[in-house]
Amino acid sequence: MTPLSAILVRDMRIAVRVGGGALIGVLFFLVVVTLTPFALGPDLALLKRIGPAILWLAALLASLLALDRLFAADHEDGSLDLLLTGRAQLELVVAAKGVAHWLTTGLPLIVAAPLIGLLLNLDAPAEAALVLTFLVGTPALTFIGLIGAALAVTLRRGGLLLAVLVLPLTVPVLIFGVAAANAAVLGPAPFGAPFTILCALTLASLVVGPFAAAAALRQEME
Amino acid sequence: MMRLSATDLACRRGGREVFAGVGFSVTAGEALLISGRNGSGKSSLLRMVVGLLRAAAGRIVLQGGDPELTVGEQAHYLGHQDALKPSLSVGENLRFWADFLGAAAPDVAAPLAAAGLDALADLPAAYLSAGQRRRLSIARLIAVKRPIWLLDEPASTLDAAGQSRLTELMRTHISEGGLILAAAHGTIGLDGASELRLGQGEMGP
Repeated sequence: MTPLSAILVRDMRIAVRVGGGALIGVLFFLVVVTLTPFALGPDLALLKRIGPAILWLAALLASLLALDRLFAADHEDGSLDLLLTGRAQLELVVAAKGVAHWLTTGLPLIVAAPLIGLLLNLDAPAEAALVLTFLVGTPALTFIGLIGAALAVTLRRGGLLLAVLVLPLTVPVLIFGVAAANAAVLGPAPFGAPFTILCALTLASLVVGPFAAAAALRQEME
Repeated sequence: MMRLSATDLACRRGGREVFAGVGFSVTAGEALLISGRNGSGKSSLLRMVVGLLRAAAGRIVLQGGDPELTVGEQAHYLGHQDALKPSLSVGENLRFWADFLGAAAPDVAAPLAAAGLDALADLPAAYLSAGQRRRLSIARLIAVKRPIWLLDEPASTLDAAGQSRLTELMRTHISEGGLILAAAHGTIGLDGASELRLGQGEMGP
């Protein structure tokens, strides 16, 4: 196994075992979305109108949940020292950890989204569009989150700082994710334009995230 | 012939000078014992060599190594922490580090047996004692061949049997042409190891 696939497999294994936190995110997502109809009442038209926004907000918060442990756990047990001095490029190591994190926390959200969309009165084409925006948008949330996770690595209560640091950076993803989903649900604005920008944001974060996070880790270990 | 040397190293932590003017030289087949009171910078010196800490002054030079790789990439660093994941089994932990560090043949059975942990390969690392955790991280040094060993108080949690096993491993490593830098309070059981005493700045015989 190459060093990078070894990291991918290890992180996914840890995430799905007891205390790993892979399912916490998707459970949180389900609870938040389920609570919304109770709070708003059975107004089907209203639920349909704000459904994509609720789902996107819940996904954003859920994707932050397990993120603070991403590097902090490795820092506490000394693994990070070895990852930093290893022969594998730190940027690629960080990216591999990001991919493992997305596979264990982002992908379950995408699987759960159509099911939970029923609670918000979304029909089949709307759900398909929503799943598509999730599929494209959630990697951006994870890879932007990598930067915050790397910056908060040496702090005891890093989770709170992480949310404050990362949430403002995710605003563009939220705007265009919800815009694309809304276009598919409500019309008449076109789906393509916001969706293309969402794709661009994700591609940019896939490049910038690992480099920024690796730079932050290098600085912090001094 | 591999030779690791440092000249005029200085270390600053939090604005305070920990040590200055420290130098050493270790050639293949030699060991250097770094000693000194608490806070004299033994761990910081090892972290500098591996590349985790920037030296405030001075330089560290490796001659005869792979010019494409840094010192840290040709070294094993055994720090205070054992770099183990509690939810993974003993075997999985070792296999991960063997894969990550680039073992030629990722066979974890032999290193585990050498560390005396072969009976525990399927046990989650959460159930290991401090000494067993240390043994497992020492197994990493055997699983992947690296010429330089940087050991930070390697024997601190080991029992008598574990310490003699570690001494045996270090002797083998040195006789095969490796070099060792070890920070410790007492002796490390190696004959002919030179000693660097931090806090006084001179190198003993």
